[in-house]
Amino acid sequence: MGSILSGTEAASLVRALPGVDAVGLEARAAGLATRSVKKESKAKAIDLAISMIDLTTLEGADTPGKVRSLAAKAARPDGDAPSTAALCVYPSMVPAAAEALAGTGVKVASVATGFPAGQVPLEVRLADTEAAVRAGADEIDMVINRGAFLAGDLDLVFREIKAVKAAAGEARLKVILETGELATYDDVRRASWLAMHAGADFIKTSTGKVGVNATLPVTLLMMQAVRDYRAATGVQVGVKPAGGIRNTKDAIKYLVCVNEVLGDDWLSNEWFRFGASSLLNDLLMQRQKLKTGHYSGPDYVTVD
Amino acid sequence: MSDRLRVNKTYKLYVGGKFPRSESGRSYPVSSPDATVLANAAMASRKDARDAVAAARKAQRPWAGQTAYLRGQILYRAAEMLEGRAGQFAEEVAEATGAEPHEALGTVEAAIDRLVHYAGWTDKYASVLGGANPVAGPYFNHTKPEPLGVVAVVAPQDDPFLGLVEALAPAIATGNTVVVLASESKPLPALSFGEVLATSDLPGGVVNLLSGKVAEVAPHLASHADVNGLDLGGVGDAALAAELEAAAAGTLKVVRRPGRAGASLDLLRQWTEYKTVWHPAGMAAAAGGAY
Repeated sequence: MGSILSGTEAASLVRALPGVDAVGLEARAAGLATRSVKKESKAKAIDLAISMIDLTTLEGADTPGKVRSLAAKAARPDGDAPSTAALCVYPSMVPAAAEALAGTGVKVASVATGFPAGQVPLEVRLADTEAAVRAGADEIDMVINRGAFLAGDLDLVFREIKAVKAAAGEARLKVILETGELATYDDVRRASWLAMHAGADFIKTSTGKVGVNATLPVTLLMMQAVRDYRAATGVQVGVKPAGGIRNTKDAIKYLVCVNEVLGDDWLSNEWFRFGASSLLNDLLMQRQKLKTGHYSGPDYVTVD
Repeated sequence: MSDRLRVNKTYKLYVGGKFPRSESGRSYPVSSPDATVLANAAMASRKDARDAVAAARKAQRPWAGQTAYLRGQILYRAAEMLEGRAGQFAEEVAEATGAEPHEALGTVEAAIDRLVHYAGWTDKYASVLGGANPVAGPYFNHTKPEPLGVVAVVAPQDDPFLGLVEALAPAIATGNTVVVLASESKPLPALSFGEVLATSDLPGGVVNLLSGKVAEVAPHLASHADVNGLDLGGVGDAALAAELEAAAAGTLKVVRRPGRAGASLDLLRQWTEYKTVWHPAGMAAAAGGAY
């Protein structure tokens, strides 16, 4: 699990990673994005994408009522459509989410560690995490300390992730790299490996709260890191792009990348997730289109 | 001295305020009645229709939310822009239909007058169609026409410009947004009209213009669940019209059958629905309202 490494060892390992061929990476992502998926394959891709969604609401205006209505949607999005993977909320909304989702099989994910900036003292971030787990969260979405990472203190970032991992206990830990705030692809690669060495169960692109969220090249790069990490250590880590994935076309591009880079082992909601809110309605409308043969519209899905 | 090489215009679709080619990459030659090829026009596909409906949906709420006065000003502005280019449109109509130049100019001028006519209606139709209703109780009850939403229009086939303007003006005057399938064999004046609309302060997406085969594109518009009204005024084939009406039955609210348009008030009424509101009269008085 990487726990045998010390912070300084992990930091020097990560610093020794080769640089990223940015042009090649973007060309590869653009090439994979041109694949056309039709008919039965598309229907399966849509259902798979629905089952991979972490249906997310992270607003100051969230109420237990809103969380309950989203929980109902997560459990049964539309007719015979599959459930989403999880409902992702702020820690204060975890009790409402856990109560509403009990027995549905949909997981409760909670952001924690001073989401989205993470600029609070470590003890507060750990207490945040513990409280979310106590309240019933099955999964914890933590943010890394970008301030420390960008200042070059990889050792500190590593130790903090390990501390949060310990605080999260049995809950699966998703580590948000906030790639929009990491300046280069090289940094994304380093942050991915650092998080995996520190014990991340998932690496996640973004909080959805900054200008640049998940992009296909960045997610492709993280997929490559995850693939190489398993080859090196035998440990499988999941990937979660989040933010900015709003329509079926985009979601299918990501699934094509998963299939090409990672293969079948990652093509389930155990190992790949979408952090999204409006994506679900577009998937449902496309699903209705395939079923009825005519285009659907926003009047035929729920208003969130 | 050599003759100057003429620069031909590329006629494209008008969707969401932009001028895209067809997503399908297809085009088709458009000829005058004497078989002279005039230009190639984009041949819209069902995906272009879908994109146009999405653009119209996005634009609808803000457009309906504008003041009636502003909608009128914008329609009037479109008439102004058209006035300055009347010659060009007359030429395009004459080429498309084979009409005499003065007749063609007459239809363009009639289209300009139609726009001004509906520009005037924008802040008046609500008072004419709606109003206060007498009720037996302490309530103030009033009725107000509201736009349907997105209206898909199959424009008249043989009257490529005036017919198109007559079909879309009442729909947008009342706050709807439209997806118009232009005359299949004579789409050029309609596509040029997009350029006028794009420079008339009309928000992108309020009017979307497609050219292509009616039999191919119209069924997708008719069955589209996010379209609220369907104008079959330009469908000549009775069997196709019946088919489109049946396709629309699952999801649409209003269908206008082929045939001659009525008076302008009927056309304005066509693309609206009535909302009736009950106000407790006592509360209005207590709140010091202006009733």
